[in-house]
Amino acid sequence: MNEIPTPENIGLSREDLPNSYIGRSVPRPNLPKLVQGLASYTDDVTLPRMVHAAFLRSPHAHARIVKVDSAAALAVPGVLRVFTGADLAKVCDPWVATLDHLKGMKSAPQHPLPLERATWQGEPVVAVIAESRAAAEDGVAALAVEWEPLPAQLDMETALAPGAVLIHPALGDNLVFTRTATKGDVEAAMAAAHKVVEATFVTGRHTGVTLEPRSIIADYNRADGTLTAHHSTQAPHMMQGVFAKQLRMEEGQVRVICKDVGGSFGIKVHVYPDEVAVAAIAKVMGRPVKFVADRFESFVSDIHARDHRLKGRIAVDAEGKILAFDIDDLTGIGPYSVYPRTSAVEGNQVVNLCGGPYDFANYRCTTTVVLQNKTPTCQYRAVGHPIATAVTEGLVDLAAEALGMDPIEIRRRNLIRDDAYPYTSPPGMRFEGLSHHAALEKLLAMVPVAKIRADQEAQRKKGVYRGLGFASFIELTNPSPFMYGLGGARISAQDGATVRMDPDGSVVVLSGVTEQGQGTEGILRQIVAHGVGVALERVKVVTGDTQTTPYGGGTWACRGAGIGGEAALQSAIALKQQILVVAGAMLQAAPESLDIVLGQVVDKATGRERMPLGELGRILYFRGDTLPKDLPRELVQTRHFITKEYPFAFTNGIQACWAEVDAETGLVTVLEHWCVEDCGRVINPLLVDEQVRGGIVQGLGGALYEHCVYDGQGNLLTTTMADYLVPMSAEMPDIHVGHVETPTRESLLGAKGAGEAGTAGAPAALMNAINDALRPLGARVTEQPFTPACILQALGKI
Amino acid sequence: MKWPAFAYVRASTLDEVWRLQAQHGEGARVLAGGQTLLATLAFRLSEPDVLVDITRIAALRGISVQGGRLRIGALTRHAELGRDPLVAQHAKLLAEAVPFIAHPAIRNRGTIGGSLAYADPAAELPSCVVALDATLVLVSARGERRVATRDFFTGLLQTALEPGELIAAIEVPLPDASRRSAIVEVARRSGDYAMAGLAVALSLDTGMRVSAPRLVYFGVGNGPVSAARAAAALEGRALGAESIAAAQAALAGDLDPPADLHGPPAMKLHLARVLTARALQRFLPATEIAA
Repeated sequence: MNEIPTPENIGLSREDLPNSYIGRSVPRPNLPKLVQGLASYTDDVTLPRMVHAAFLRSPHAHARIVKVDSAAALAVPGVLRVFTGADLAKVCDPWVATLDHLKGMKSAPQHPLPLERATWQGEPVVAVIAESRAAAEDGVAALAVEWEPLPAQLDMETALAPGAVLIHPALGDNLVFTRTATKGDVEAAMAAAHKVVEATFVTGRHTGVTLEPRSIIADYNRADGTLTAHHSTQAPHMMQGVFAKQLRMEEGQVRVICKDVGGSFGIKVHVYPDEVAVAAIAKVMGRPVKFVADRFESFVSDIHARDHRLKGRIAVDAEGKILAFDIDDLTGIGPYSVYPRTSAVEGNQVVNLCGGPYDFANYRCTTTVVLQNKTPTCQYRAVGHPIATAVTEGLVDLAAEALGMDPIEIRRRNLIRDDAYPYTSPPGMRFEGLSHHAALEKLLAMVPVAKIRADQEAQRKKGVYRGLGFASFIELTNPSPFMYGLGGARISAQDGATVRMDPDGSVVVLSGVTEQGQGTEGILRQIVAHGVGVALERVKVVTGDTQTTPYGGGTWACRGAGIGGEAALQSAIALKQQILVVAGAMLQAAPESLDIVLGQVVDKATGRERMPLGELGRILYFRGDTLPKDLPRELVQTRHFITKEYPFAFTNGIQACWAEVDAETGLVTVLEHWCVEDCGRVINPLLVDEQVRGGIVQGLGGALYEHCVYDGQGNLLTTTMADYLVPMSAEMPDIHVGHVETPTRESLLGAKGAGEAGTAGAPAALMNAINDALRPLGARVTEQPFTPACILQALGKI
Repeated sequence: MKWPAFAYVRASTLDEVWRLQAQHGEGARVLAGGQTLLATLAFRLSEPDVLVDITRIAALRGISVQGGRLRIGALTRHAELGRDPLVAQHAKLLAEAVPFIAHPAIRNRGTIGGSLAYADPAAELPSCVVALDATLVLVSARGERRVATRDFFTGLLQTALEPGELIAAIEVPLPDASRRSAIVEVARRSGDYAMAGLAVALSLDTGMRVSAPRLVYFGVGNGPVSAARAAAALEGRALGAESIAAAQAALAGDLDPPADLHGPPAMKLHLARVLTARALQRFLPATEIAA
């Protein structure tokens, strides 16, 4: 297992092992086009006869749609058609976002445009189609909609109380899903504990702000009955299935093309009603229809996430050994569970992940998932992880404080031992191999703890409050069908890759995983170049087209490298074997005596060059008459990969954050941040480091700045980039990244996911740093985001 | 969102502006740096018939010293304000305000005249010109008039500008050697509008006695808020811990901040007090600050 020749495991330097690309920081192929403005995003695509969609969105959190008068809109120059919910219901079926394995889960049917009621401010209600987007907006402004405002259910705390507004009366109540995981005897452990500490944590509702907003062009061709969607999405094959099902077509009649995507973070892996509406309208009109969400629409209609309130207790013995966690999670998800992944998964992840890094016996965690009249929430980068990590690590620090123990020491005493694997956690997560202690030791080698503590002491005397915070975490990657397929969703956990050699000796890989700016295509190129034996530049990568790439799940949940990468590696190795069979016939040598190095067939023993691949290709493709009749001619191989032994490949890591709190203004400055993580085999250290850094920035963003704020009527107040604050480079600290590599044995590649580790741990590390800073002032914060107002209130200054 | 359809005309003289105003009436909107107007167009909060681009009008440009006053043309962009030697010499407060204004791309386009005319309550420049006791030169088809900046800002996004009137220039009295100034603010991120801010100017004699203090707050009211009680608490007293504390205490009578997305009124008042001390302490000798 894991026997890929790398410079390390055969004792060579990188320079001595040609075309050894796995493990190297090489540039990714699509960088020049991205930075030169030559990428092709969905909005760059213009099709003949194309028209544009704009949506009238509900101005109310909850209202009956009494009447839509479109006469004036239709009179606007350039406006072609107006579509209501009833119009689209004739051609498009509603969907219900539940998963069978989430027992008791319920949600209401959702149409592309609602039939009777709008249930969140920003919900698309009427579509106007025009010759230009500007004309379509003129048409929207001319629509006359009569509303009957209804009471809105906004507060998740009262969603299940008597008298709550029933968002979907047919469901009977506002409960979407609840689950409790228990192990051992929590009450007995609490009763017998040396110390029990408790706190309530809040994670703020926020969203993933992609530079490129959601975009789609749906093109229905009446001549051949096919729908082609140019779509900014993470999961083209899933969307192919969704469009086919909702529009009553065969999957084979739908093609989804996904060119360059400007960021996703999980935002673009869901089914959005406005996008399905565009597909349905294209089918009705027989013309390409483009919709690009503007920033205002993005804030009110992209999925939100992380709207949780958690009450937590931890029990420890006198030596600091964790005896029990007891956690109660409540989350409001908006008026619909989002199709097809559902909005219960985030809460479910909280139940699966709390206490994750630690060895303890007694566990109880409940999630309660309720409806409310706000923008729907669903999976966003590191789904549930930063929530579970914040409550776990917040409680561990509180326990350490109650014991008078150093936060590093309590972690050292409780982290699961590095030789304890395989290990099953109290909520039933199976860990193949983690490295918490190795990661902690590596972190302590990077963080100058003694120097920082001395500085902290000295600064406090000057009235400057600085704190150091830690957060261990686990991350769920490489999901198997246990995540979605088991629940009945057509979301593929397997993925495929086809690798072929063309006559000039160049190699093309077609993959089912996708690229949104993180470098998926970069690592696929490295893996294939390494596996076949050619120079990087000779490999072209094709992703994002359901008609040409092998069927796969796309890129989400940290599966691109671990699943898509392994499929690419297996195909590349198979192609190499096939090339060597052909070379053996041409060179009258045994295939196993040959090798391929930087595009040359060589003698394995001596390294002597025998034939360039271009020459092999010339003969095979153009002078096949000169070769033995029974020689196989296919220089193309396809392999698919799925994990089989473990439902998920867990990774682990630990972060440290050094922050300063201005006790007068409440402003937090992050001074420095560290992360050591273990994503198994690192394919490209540069890209992994940048994934970790980007993830940390997004985590710090949620903990400090990003917040979807609603008023008392359910209007979203943060709908511009001036009000919804994303982290900017000026506020971000230097971030140091280190690695421990524990490859998964499930694959030859050994890679696990790396994209969410930063986000999983950063908010908790920052919270603990802030509380470490505030400790001498007797203040503590547990509600994100940690705004100046929140900190000043904790300090009793306002 | 997309802008509504409108016409665009570039005027090269003020007379041309008056002619276009006469022709289009209320439907004509002046375009200078465009940093506010273009966003309101995108949100369709504003639907003008014609945008009259005034950026090429020479009469509204230039920085000079005339008749004992620093004259700053209304079209002076924030970036120009920040690097102009005359501004640095005679109105350092304005130059020091520039790094607080948004980001370089915005500072390269936005103009001082546009900022003052829009009168955003969280903007830096309105408070600065009031603290400097500047006068605005206003022009219209009817002629020219001067309005003291303390009388110019009349309410939330409201000014003394009459229909058809433009800001032509800002005139700042040249300070004597005893005059000191400072700008401080608290913002969540660099470049954000301030949660609270303060532009202060005062004179200090050799005995550290304060005279003619002007404390003008931003982000805490409907516009630049002059704190008369806090100023009175400083006037004639030696600058030090006691007088600063008195000014901080007096602020409760000067400020009545609204709540906003960042926090409640009490937070803004608290931050204004913190900023008051931080700004005034800058004028103390280093030894006293350490104490």
